[in-house]
Amino acid sequence: MDSTIVAILVQDGIVNGAIYALLALSLVLVFAVTRVVFVPQGEFVAYGALTYAALDSGSTPGSLWLLCALGALAFVAGVIRRGPVLRLAVTSLVLPAVVTGLTLWLAPLKPGVAVNAALALAIVTPMAPYIYRIGFQPLAEASVLVLLIAAVAVHLVLAGLGLVFFGPEGSRATAFADFSLSLGDLTLPGQALWILGLTAALMAGLYGFFGFTLLGKALRATAVNRLGARLVGIATAQSGGIAFALAGAIGALSGILVVPLTTVYYDSGFVIGLKGFTAAIIAGMGSYPGAVLAALAVGVLESFSSFWASAFKEVIVFTAIIPVLLWRSLRHVTLEDEEE
Amino acid sequence: MSRYWPLPALAACALVPWLPGLPVFWLTLLNYIGISAILVVGVVVLTGIGGMTSFAQASFLGFGAYASAVLSTHYGLSPWLGLPAAIAVSAVAAGLIGAVTLRLRGHYLALGTMAVAMSLYYLFANLDFFGRNDGISGIPPLNLFGLSLVDGRLYLTLIWAVLVLVIVATNNLLDSRVGRAIRSLRGGALAAASFGVNTPAARQLAFVYAAVLAAIAGWLYAHLQRSVNPTPFGLNASIEYMLMAVLGGAGQVGGAVLGAVLVTVINDQLQDWLPRLLGQRGNYESIVFGLILLAVLQTAPEGLWPHLFRGRTRKRVIAPAEALPRRVMPQAGSPVLAVERLSKRFGGLIAVNEISFAVNAGEIVGLIGPNGAGKSTSFNLITGVADPSSGAVRLFGTALTGQPAREIAQRGVARSFQHVKLVPGMSVIENVAIGAHLRGQAGALAGVLRLDRAEEARLFAEAARQLARVGLAEQADRKATDLALGQQRVVEIARALCLDPVLLLLDEPAAGLRHNEKVELAALLRRLRAEGVAVLLVEHDMDFVMNLTDRLVVMDFGTKLAEGTAEAVRRDPAVIEAYLGAAQ
Repeated sequence: MDSTIVAILVQDGIVNGAIYALLALSLVLVFAVTRVVFVPQGEFVAYGALTYAALDSGSTPGSLWLLCALGALAFVAGVIRRGPVLRLAVTSLVLPAVVTGLTLWLAPLKPGVAVNAALALAIVTPMAPYIYRIGFQPLAEASVLVLLIAAVAVHLVLAGLGLVFFGPEGSRATAFADFSLSLGDLTLPGQALWILGLTAALMAGLYGFFGFTLLGKALRATAVNRLGARLVGIATAQSGGIAFALAGAIGALSGILVVPLTTVYYDSGFVIGLKGFTAAIIAGMGSYPGAVLAALAVGVLESFSSFWASAFKEVIVFTAIIPVLLWRSLRHVTLEDEEE
Repeated sequence: MSRYWPLPALAACALVPWLPGLPVFWLTLLNYIGISAILVVGVVVLTGIGGMTSFAQASFLGFGAYASAVLSTHYGLSPWLGLPAAIAVSAVAAGLIGAVTLRLRGHYLALGTMAVAMSLYYLFANLDFFGRNDGISGIPPLNLFGLSLVDGRLYLTLIWAVLVLVIVATNNLLDSRVGRAIRSLRGGALAAASFGVNTPAARQLAFVYAAVLAAIAGWLYAHLQRSVNPTPFGLNASIEYMLMAVLGGAGQVGGAVLGAVLVTVINDQLQDWLPRLLGQRGNYESIVFGLILLAVLQTAPEGLWPHLFRGRTRKRVIAPAEALPRRVMPQAGSPVLAVERLSKRFGGLIAVNEISFAVNAGEIVGLIGPNGAGKSTSFNLITGVADPSSGAVRLFGTALTGQPAREIAQRGVARSFQHVKLVPGMSVIENVAIGAHLRGQAGALAGVLRLDRAEEARLFAEAARQLARVGLAEQADRKATDLALGQQRVVEIARALCLDPVLLLLDEPAAGLRHNEKVELAALLRRLRAEGVAVLLVEHDMDFVMNLTDRLVVMDFGTKLAEGTAEAVRRDPAVIEAYLGAAQ
């Protein structure tokens, strides 16, 4: 193994790791605000990828109809729980209708990378807050474990629906840009630069959002203490919806970034999402910078294991969690969970 | 249900397969239902009763199946030797995974097992030794007394007989000293730890037990199917078992069987009907299952079993039994508890600041002060629930500081809680019996095999005696959390007395009691004092405190304001200022 191979593996690992980092960030975010371990994150990656790939090939993505159906369900669920009807209608009926109209108009025109990516984001992102309203809001006071089981149920449903709407065939899309950058022996393809650039930009954006905006601070307050946040006038259910929306957008964007690099199937997202989890767990589900570093480490570990023992790369990546948990366990003073 | 139900159930296992006209298709379905039910009983113990979530139960099924498959094909060993091997492999694996995750917060077990499930799936699918994706075929059938169990009917009898035995064993386990420890984990772990229950060990035991049941199911599966491949041992399979438990009712063993029946039958029907309705493309049953799971969690999180079979509260028969040995009580007036310059800081807040006081045998000391003075924090420091920032707590001169709560309980320190901590779902007398946990020794195996009955009788006789002593004998078989809050506090006192304490710490015992109940409580505490018990009491009811206590320690903003007899404290200007404000 010479230095060129090492450099290529590291580069590969960092590009994949950047995707895992985005996912890990959104997992930490959703967990902190809603206490939901967001298992279906991977489905959003697959949905984003396959929706973008469909638009890229000039066809109408099946997920469009899923968006409309989920919007209608979320509207019904909101009305049953006596939410404000007008606002519900705008966010869960009008919004999908507008997105549907735009997509049906634009998709056959093959409008180019930027518009396709924006459309794919607009189709997939709203599904996450709809799912929050339908599936998780009624359980907001339940224990972390019940929420986790619910998240697994949502994963089952979304994975099944993914097969229905996208079919069993994998898809791949054209790259964002066909330039590449040469650094000595190393060639950085344009897509890799896009991934790194967008990841960095998104992290900076999140930092600004949580550090300097009222909404971001409200989300942080909800994360620290739900009851306290509610007492000072923060609508915690709304915070949950926003956290889900951010996670949905990040998931979809990750998919859009990945699909030019590798063929994505309806069920590819789950394994990608789980690697985001591995990073989030390694970082203790609480630390944003920790999650990013752990995600980069997971990416590099993965690319080296696929070089040395490609059949066992998943085994190696998922087992990496064990020594970390052991280390945490040894450092940790047992305190009884008072939560039921 | 009668306690003799296993006998007719076993007879049914032997006869039902031979019913004339039983379609082969149902025979197959019943075989898989039985295997699933065995595994899901483990999920009930782990998740519904122990409050832990594992997504590796199908992996343990795989351990069991592959262990026996490898031994009987690669090494030509008897399939019967596969059973202990299957159990051993799963138990060791669960022990290791548990050791790594069970000390952490609950969701680490769930996520850790999820990762383990993924990596094991890929491991089975990629190792030549396990036949990669094709798995291992040609597994020999089981033989019993020269009879080859190739016939699905004979195998059905075996599977369901094992299921009956597993249910009996599990019910025995749950109704034992160790079982009460496991049942306390969900919602009552802190209190249980304060009475000497080794909660990490109880968690580990529940996890290993569930893994062993999964391994037994896996062994049955391997020799029924006669071949194994990685697919039925993946993460999705674990999720399906979770669904069975949640749908059937994760709180009861019966729910496991109900869930296994429902999910297996529904799955079969869905695979039959959905493609006909919706066309071939799709994995519709997973969508339906996901939706069912969500709907159950939202509308009936306790599952269907409690709605179908209203559980009668069983009256526990208390047999006369030899009294438990008692501690030697210290001489009245000799020092028991010494608190020395104890401090606790939470970040910048000093909750307890350099507090010192002592409690002697045969003495009732009141710890009083306005809300937020640091009284309950002091209690938690003394009982090891929280660690002090500095200072020491000594019992008979030996430092307790830094000891875990159960070690402190072992030395005879019992407590009640400001916010009542009784195990929900357990009867009053079972809750009280947790107090006597350290006065028994029986382990899990003794519980499963019912070798613990003599000791159990003694523990429950003691629990009944203490319950009668606090005047709640009539309520013994009611659900503890159904009692009025004041009575629940008294149940906590009975539980504390079961420890046979030398030092009793009571946090607001009189709150929520009626006048005559308070009078009775005071009389009880005086009797305990006469027996030589040292009592430390936090209480806001000043009449109660002033009339009962020998000495008072007054706290305000974490510091000791005054100490002395009720009369002296009442005249202390600093105390008057803290309670009533200074005269302008």
